[in-house]
Amino acid sequence: MSGRSGMSGMSGPILRLDELRTYYPARRNLVDWARRRPRRVVRAVDGVSFEVHEGEILALVGETGCGKTSTIQTVVGGFPATSGRVVVDGRDVTRLSGRRLRAVRRITQMIFQDPYESLNPRLRIRKAVEEPLQVHKLVASRSERRRLASEALERVGLTPAELFVDRFPHELSGGQRQRVAIAAALILNPRLLLADEPVSMLDVSIRAGVLSLIDGLRRERAMAVVLVTHDLSTAAHYADRIAVMYLGRIVEEGPTADVLRNPQHPYTQALLSVVPKSDPRDRFVPRVLEGETPNPANVPAGCRFHPRCPVATAECTVVDPALAPPRASRAAGHRVACILTQGPPPVEEREAAGANNA
Amino acid sequence: MALLEVRDLHVWFALPSGRELHAVKGVGLDVERGELFGLIGESGCGKTTTVLALMGLLPSSASVAGSVRVDGADVLSGGEKGARAHRWTETAMVFQGSMNAFSPVKTIGWQIAEPMEIHGVASRRAARARAGELLELVGIPAAAARRYPHQFSGGMRQRAAIAMALSCEPKLLLADEPTTALDVMVQAQILELLQRLARELHLTVVLVTHDLPLVAHICDRAAVMYGGEIAEVAAVDALYHESRHPYTRMLFAATPELLGGKDVTSIPGSPPRLDQPIVGCAFRPRCDSAVVRCATDHPALAEVARGHEAACHLNDPATGVLSVPDAGQPAGGAG
Repeated sequence: MSGRSGMSGMSGPILRLDELRTYYPARRNLVDWARRRPRRVVRAVDGVSFEVHEGEILALVGETGCGKTSTIQTVVGGFPATSGRVVVDGRDVTRLSGRRLRAVRRITQMIFQDPYESLNPRLRIRKAVEEPLQVHKLVASRSERRRLASEALERVGLTPAELFVDRFPHELSGGQRQRVAIAAALILNPRLLLADEPVSMLDVSIRAGVLSLIDGLRRERAMAVVLVTHDLSTAAHYADRIAVMYLGRIVEEGPTADVLRNPQHPYTQALLSVVPKSDPRDRFVPRVLEGETPNPANVPAGCRFHPRCPVATAECTVVDPALAPPRASRAAGHRVACILTQGPPPVEEREAAGANNA
Repeated sequence: MALLEVRDLHVWFALPSGRELHAVKGVGLDVERGELFGLIGESGCGKTTTVLALMGLLPSSASVAGSVRVDGADVLSGGEKGARAHRWTETAMVFQGSMNAFSPVKTIGWQIAEPMEIHGVASRRAARARAGELLELVGIPAAAARRYPHQFSGGMRQRAAIAMALSCEPKLLLADEPTTALDVMVQAQILELLQRLARELHLTVVLVTHDLPLVAHICDRAAVMYGGEIAEVAAVDALYHESRHPYTRMLFAATPELLGGKDVTSIPGSPPRLDQPIVGCAFRPRCDSAVVRCATDHPALAEVARGHEAACHLNDPATGVLSVPDAGQPAGGAG
């Protein structure tokens, strides 16, 4: 685990989301249609704000349907933002178009979950890696493109590149394919890399290789990385900060070590408690939540987690909490959206903490 | 006598090219009654082929040799007819995709009752009543039997699939990646269920998965498969703390831990091709401690401690004498 959290130096964030909302109409079923019920709205991303700085990995974690993929899809323009701002390198992409938008797109690259589908099976590896250069009309000379493609392949560990450039995706293993996808994403020298479950289709024994590659590249090139994953152990190992999402919102965010060792939100606590450990001797007390995540077309009032929350109070059913520093964690940047854990600590506690520090 | 006894199980697939793929190479297993046993391995290691052979569900392009006994009765000898007599009544199975295998046009209750009627365990009326009880057993209200699959969430459908697998009161439940498509919270619910079933019904469960922590936390013992063979078999505690096969050790090292500070290291290279003969140890090209002998001698599974077997030359005192690091094999870089 890496403890670099305060990377936010003088320069501004590479990516900043400001109260981002992405809504889309839900598919109506036959009954709703026949009864002329209005179309419901899926609140996939419902007020998400975060920043990612140079050389930093932010892990966006959560269960299926929590909005983590919709969030980064909105950043790359896959879904239009309903409201809020997506600021990439100082420019709000929700207000850009044409050439200016393309310029921002160029520094934002994405890696998808499935290396078996993200590569065109009919393109040789060389073509797949060169393609972004052609799309953005960056390098006119063919030999220069070839040189850059070979360089990109060697950078991701596919050495010697000559062995790979003329092959087709089906001739490579899953891990090799994901490396090709990374090479293609890196050839434009992006400042922001969005990786959506980059290793979940790969075998356990080769996952670490692909993740260390991403880890090394962000250090070398001061890239900002958003790592979307459902696997908390992966986030634990590679991310500087973790943001936990539930039903379209970030419910807890902070430096990796603080979120993992001192989780404040009841959802984070439950989620961490059910992650199996490798050592059978490790204490394992799962706090299993009943039921499943509600439908984002039907977000509960008040705190959206209250129907499943083991400690919810009457107030939780009416107050929709915003992210704020938790009482029981003094880590910089640790924020939680739960009224039960927010606010200044009671006086005795503050004194006790001061005494411990002295 | 163990409830499940597998002896020298081999499975070959005929490839269109005329070659043969030797998917399972002499697997032997003993699983006791009421035990939760893990079968661990990466894609292509033969774990799923092994359990499909136990169910007699392999395609006709496969040839099988060896013996499989469930509660003393031979499953393989009678061909399809013999296997059919055991399927569901003695041995049942849940797959990763079981939750998507329900027919959308029949109620869940109807579908759970169907195997009971087909196998003649219960009359239609009794089977319907039993379907409700089975749903209760897996934590779903009996009234939900009247519902259709689309009204269930993924986790509930997977529970219903387990209820269906239990309908004919099998002694052995084979669960092949039953939680892989589910979220961690739902996974935890299903794992709790499997543990409870093993305890309360004295059901024997074989959990097939690529996920080591999952096995570590619910299974009693586990076998690690590599290249169609068992590399190591032991109690899960011994697998983690006293691993005697480099593959097991390296697989644990490649698995990130939630609160562990250790480095995560991937295993270089890729698994062996099983359509070509393998000389020596199948793991040698990826192994970090191979010696010269590993290139030529095939290691046999041997007891290294009480209840702990491993197939690695490093456990053989004779290897120590010859222990020269094997420099012949470069560690392939790209995983």
